[in-house]
Amino acid sequence: MSQNRRVVITGMGALTPVGNTVSAFWESIAAGKSGIGTVTAFDVSAYDCKIAGEIKGFEPNAFFKNPKDARRADRYAQLAMAATKEAVAHSGLMAEGVALDRERVGVIVGSGIGGLKSIEDQHSNLIAKGPGRISPFMIPMMISNMASGLIAIEYGFQGPNFAVVTACATSAQSVGEGWRLIKDDDVDVIIAGGSEAAVLPLGLGGFGSMKALSTRNDDPTRASRPWDKDRDGFVLGEGAGIVVLEELEHAKKRGAVIYGEVTGYGTTCDAYHMTSPDSGGAARAIKMALKKAGLNPDQIDYINAHGTSTGLGDVSETRAVKAVFGDQTKVPVSSTKSMTGHLLGAAGAVELIACVKAIEHGLIPPTINLDQPDEECTLDYVPHTAREAKLTRAMSNSFGFGGHNATLIVQKFA
Amino acid sequence: MAEKSIEERVKEIIVEQLGVNPEQVTPAAKFIEDLGADSLDTVELVMAFEEEFNVEVPDEEAEKLQTVGDVIRYIEDKGDE
Repeated sequence: MSQNRRVVITGMGALTPVGNTVSAFWESIAAGKSGIGTVTAFDVSAYDCKIAGEIKGFEPNAFFKNPKDARRADRYAQLAMAATKEAVAHSGLMAEGVALDRERVGVIVGSGIGGLKSIEDQHSNLIAKGPGRISPFMIPMMISNMASGLIAIEYGFQGPNFAVVTACATSAQSVGEGWRLIKDDDVDVIIAGGSEAAVLPLGLGGFGSMKALSTRNDDPTRASRPWDKDRDGFVLGEGAGIVVLEELEHAKKRGAVIYGEVTGYGTTCDAYHMTSPDSGGAARAIKMALKKAGLNPDQIDYINAHGTSTGLGDVSETRAVKAVFGDQTKVPVSSTKSMTGHLLGAAGAVELIACVKAIEHGLIPPTINLDQPDEECTLDYVPHTAREAKLTRAMSNSFGFGGHNATLIVQKFA
Repeated sequence: MAEKSIEERVKEIIVEQLGVNPEQVTPAAKFIEDLGADSLDTVELVMAFEEEFNVEVPDEEAEKLQTVGDVIRYIEDKGDE
């Protein structure tokens, strides 16, 4: 791996329950606004959990050359395409006059669950009408790598292309593996991120059966409350986050605006339990990212936590941070999931974007709804309202079912 | 209100599924060459025709349906049986 090749962020795109663009997303989280509400996509009267973070007012046709292409993409792939369009436009990569070697551009866009809507719809067809009525598009629509494939087709990007599928660590790992490919000199640009669209009967019902979801149905905007003693589970969200990662000299040569530099990535596995976390695995990911970045813990100015609002997860992450940063650490830690809900496979990339914007604005987005911290949760969680701070380096943690851990470090470009 | 003709119903399905303009959907139009359908589209189209007109189209007959007119004629013939 060439240590000389530096990887910068030159474009960002996001669709979230608090805004369908990066700027709308940032304005909402800086203002402490929740995007959680009663589910509108289907009738939730029979479900224990009736709330989620849904994308509002999304019109997929606008993001595809041909309406046919939108119709044959699952919602998760539609969201990924929309966020990619924003990120690529933001980067100027496809602007006229840019000499781009498309064989040196790759795509790593994953999804924790993939095309669940397509599975639901076609399973219903199977039961009602028989196997002869299963759409020929079901398989291409449901597979978790199809967003990556469609993005490549849309732009003609012929470099490395795959999807990371590590539940809620998906898009953090997508960014990390893209970072690696650029450092390795296999590519100059990677479109990296993730997407999720699981606010569906099987998604809400499945996570509900695990008793993983908050059932604060009568007060949706206060349901996601990481580290609070009255937290009762996470809130399912949908969305997509995409970043354009680019080798520094490549970016400079075309006069790109640089929004931040990715300097560290660590990834580990708990090797412990399907769904319960072990803080040791998270701590090792954090350490690995710091080592790659050549930083000491005290050089990190802000941590955007995984912070899902679950009983075990919030305590475990607190322990992991303390294990690396010290019991008495003053590092500010916040969870933007308190506002967006948990975007699963999209969470890592969306939260990396939150870090970039936090550094740009010198403002730490808050953890809303943190009225009274759990007694085991004693870090500085930036409760209720955003806080001004001079930020140079930020860390983003993402942990997924299966014991997958990923930590990214992004810093102000200098 | 008069019932829609077979031709109109066939055209509507094609416009919806292939995302083409109604003017393009002439009887002579070929699905693949003229209307941009790929192999998966043609399977889905046949399925939609089967559903709409309550007919079964065996694979070997489906392969012969190359144009919009082929489909209209095929369904009209089936209806007469």
